[in-house]
Amino acid sequence: MIKLILFIFSCLVVLQGFAQTKDSYQFQNADQQLRFVKLTQQFRCLVCQNEALADSNASLAQDLRREISHMILQGTSDQQITNYLVQRYGSYVLFQPPLQKSTYLLWFGPFGLLILAGILLIVLVRSRQGKLR
Amino acid sequence: MLKINFKFLIPLGIFILLVCFFWAGLKLDPKQLPSALLNKPLPEFVLPDIHDQTKKLTHQNFLHHVSLLNIWASWCLSCQAEQPFLMDLARADSVALYGIDYKDDLTDSCDWLKRHGNPYQLVGFDQNGSASIDLGVYGTPETFLIDQQGIIRYKVIGVITPEIWHKKLLPLIAQLKR
Repeated sequence: MIKLILFIFSCLVVLQGFAQTKDSYQFQNADQQLRFVKLTQQFRCLVCQNEALADSNASLAQDLRREISHMILQGTSDQQITNYLVQRYGSYVLFQPPLQKSTYLLWFGPFGLLILAGILLIVLVRSRQGKLR
Repeated sequence: MLKINFKFLIPLGIFILLVCFFWAGLKLDPKQLPSALLNKPLPEFVLPDIHDQTKKLTHQNFLHHVSLLNIWASWCLSCQAEQPFLMDLARADSVALYGIDYKDDLTDSCDWLKRHGNPYQLVGFDQNGSASIDLGVYGTPETFLIDQQGIIRYKVIGVITPEIWHKKLLPLIAQLKR
């Protein structure tokens, strides 16, 4: 019985880490809160570059979270907030690179290589089969 | 007569190709982000001067001459290393030099300039860092090269080394002045 209680307690302790955001901002409704969490997880912290804005302790990340929370309260759309950041910091601030001419190779390259390898494989297997006959 | 089957070169060729890609990739420094504002006009801002709050540093100050805008702070150690170079630059008087004091304490900044010298014509006090966010600043020191029309032509991330000065900034400045 005690073991069960301890287990549930430790689960709750671990899970509450996911429910918290870095600093507390007051929003007018749950939808705004959700947008804040979602957006700050989409943007890269430029100081600690493998962390999202949501997780980073860097001073710049705190400032940008503050800016984003203000924009959400003012009614700015997700796209406008994204544009705001990309305009100032470039597309590197997005974890997901935009789909544009300069990133076609990045997006389609791996699939292209996979298909190429597949074709090569088929050709090789066929030529070997040819030699066996 | 030896029959050489050149097929063995294919994996070698792929390997060399991969080495080239990795070599190029490892040379890239993710901290050196190209400025998103390159060849765009300096964003509008108005900041009070740290010595005289009635004087303002604005985007208008950068028109009609080639200038450098250096983002620094008294808490930034690298900025201390850069200061002698900026003092020399100010004495040479080839470009106008302005500063933005990023997220600093007014007393600390004034003391710092007294100690290390003040090469700037004006220093804007950006206490909460919002003007610097508009400039796409993510660390100190950073320096912008701005032309006579107020367009950002180059951005140095980190300390301006003699190499950066001679290879990148000096040629650009000469080009802009023509």
